[in-house]
Amino acid sequence: MSQTRKQMLTDPLVDNNPITLQVLGICSALAVTSSLQVAFVMSLAVTFVTAFSSMFISILRNQIPGSIRIIVQMVIIASLVIVVDQVLKAYAFEISKTLSVFVGLIITNCIVMGRAEAFAMKNPPIASFIDGVGNGLGYGLILMLVGFFRELFGSGSLFGITIFQTVNNGGWYVPNGMLLLPPSAFFLIGLIIWAFRSWKPEQVEEREFKIQTVEEH
Amino acid sequence: MGLRSFFDRIEPQFLKGGRFEKYFPVYEMVESFLYTPKTVTTAAPHARSYVDMKRIMTYVVIATIPCILVGLWNIGYQVNTAFETLGPSGWRALVLDTFGIGFNASNPFANFLHGALYFLPIYITTLVVGGIWEVLFATIRRHEVNEGFLVTSMLYALIMPPDAPLWQVALGISFGVVIGKEVFGGTGKNFLNPALTGRAFLYFAYPANMSGDTIWTPVDGFSGATSLAIAAADGYQEIIARGTTWMDSFIGVVQGSIGETSALACFIGLVFLLITKIANWRLVVGCLAGMIGFSTLLNVIGSDTNPMFAMPWYWHLVVGGYAFGLVFMVTEPVSASHTNLGRYIYGALIGFMVVMIRVVNPAFPEGMMLAILFGNVFAPLIDYFVVQANIRRRARRDA
Repeated sequence: MSQTRKQMLTDPLVDNNPITLQVLGICSALAVTSSLQVAFVMSLAVTFVTAFSSMFISILRNQIPGSIRIIVQMVIIASLVIVVDQVLKAYAFEISKTLSVFVGLIITNCIVMGRAEAFAMKNPPIASFIDGVGNGLGYGLILMLVGFFRELFGSGSLFGITIFQTVNNGGWYVPNGMLLLPPSAFFLIGLIIWAFRSWKPEQVEEREFKIQTVEEH
Repeated sequence: MGLRSFFDRIEPQFLKGGRFEKYFPVYEMVESFLYTPKTVTTAAPHARSYVDMKRIMTYVVIATIPCILVGLWNIGYQVNTAFETLGPSGWRALVLDTFGIGFNASNPFANFLHGALYFLPIYITTLVVGGIWEVLFATIRRHEVNEGFLVTSMLYALIMPPDAPLWQVALGISFGVVIGKEVFGGTGKNFLNPALTGRAFLYFAYPANMSGDTIWTPVDGFSGATSLAIAAADGYQEIIARGTTWMDSFIGVVQGSIGETSALACFIGLVFLLITKIANWRLVVGCLAGMIGFSTLLNVIGSDTNPMFAMPWYWHLVVGGYAFGLVFMVTEPVSASHTNLGRYIYGALIGFMVVMIRVVNPAFPEGMMLAILFGNVFAPLIDYFVVQANIRRRARRDA
């Protein structure tokens, strides 16, 4: 094993972040980040599903026939997602209503599938579990970052607690309506990727082609 | 020649190894603003043209002058007319009173000055904030500050509502310059029009300050919808019924953003741009054909529930931002298609989309901004297909 367990947990946070480096799981990152509370619950749900699906798939990895492995993985992931969905409906109904289809769509979340295919099929259960938790946290970190900016500047609050009193409630802050629309998360994730790559230049991909200068011609 | 020798004397300080090496872009900006840029072609083909980037950008700014003049006069006229019934209000009234200019709506000079008091704060804010971003990126990325910003800032200021809060103006131009241009590598690499990107950002972020009935003539208690809003609600006949003739719309005595109201002024600019060959006529023809064709088609189809279907093309031409967008934004060479056939298609796509958004989409009364941004995104794709078609045609011919 080349990575220590600690590395498995911390690597996906910045160095190998599923959203900013691998650019996976963007769909839900756009959809559920308009408020921090919802983003937080979504992060927990994805972390839970990634961790346990990786673990179960890893336990079964020597029994799963290669030709139908995706279907087997899907069954495991789907079962876990249904559990999460039911728990949310039972104990956090309001949030589950806001999350709507996006809980169900965790099944198709590329991060979950990606970790199952890329890691859990080749590694032992505990390592896979830790890897799943790490990737879930990496996803959650970006979700919370995006959610922080969108909720703070879009509605002037954090976790539903008012920070900037908005004009409509007699305060001074004019909320930025665009941050409540999903496309704004595109810009924010783009800016976060920009910041990450300026901080860690080794994340920058090599150019696909080089523009020739006149002198070289 | 005192200034020239001053520049020659201080230049080594800004070159590599000089004391102010880091600030070379700033020096270069001031120097090439005042004198002809020194950059010359270093490799074949040595095609020469007097029309360099600086001249292109300067010509576009010159072409906006009619729009500025009519726009400023119109803002002042609208506000002064509203003052006659509602009474003067705001700090601008105080300034005009102090200098004894007054609020006579039939005095063009008073109108113009009043309009300038709305336009100048917006324009200066745009220049300062956008300029800071430009210099910042030029210094860090080691490219030159480009004259293109003069065009962007002017166009951006002209498509603002007269009473736009200045902090929003600053935020919009920041977004336009950084996200619309600099992240893609600066002037010449922007696939979106930076001015429109900034305007679209504000439109979605602060809809209350960027659309509606009360922002176009910023007088307390005044409410005046734009012609497009009226037409969307009750049909274009209602515009005339409320006392705005087609001629008013054409000359620009209507509610609207600062520089966009006058189709006449825009077309004067267009003639200048076409004669100097800054604007490509194919783009203009395409955009006109798309708009006229699709709006006529909708006239023929007709609709009982949507009065906008009946709006004829000559009304589409003069209301809202169509003329301004056609002249200054569709023709922008960087974000438009680069092949001749592509230019027709690109123009037609925008012309079609603007009518589509105005007529069929109930959420947005005006569609020019979104139509142009939409066209910008499709321009490279259009070029790709045109180039591929040409390759196939030649392959068949030579086979």
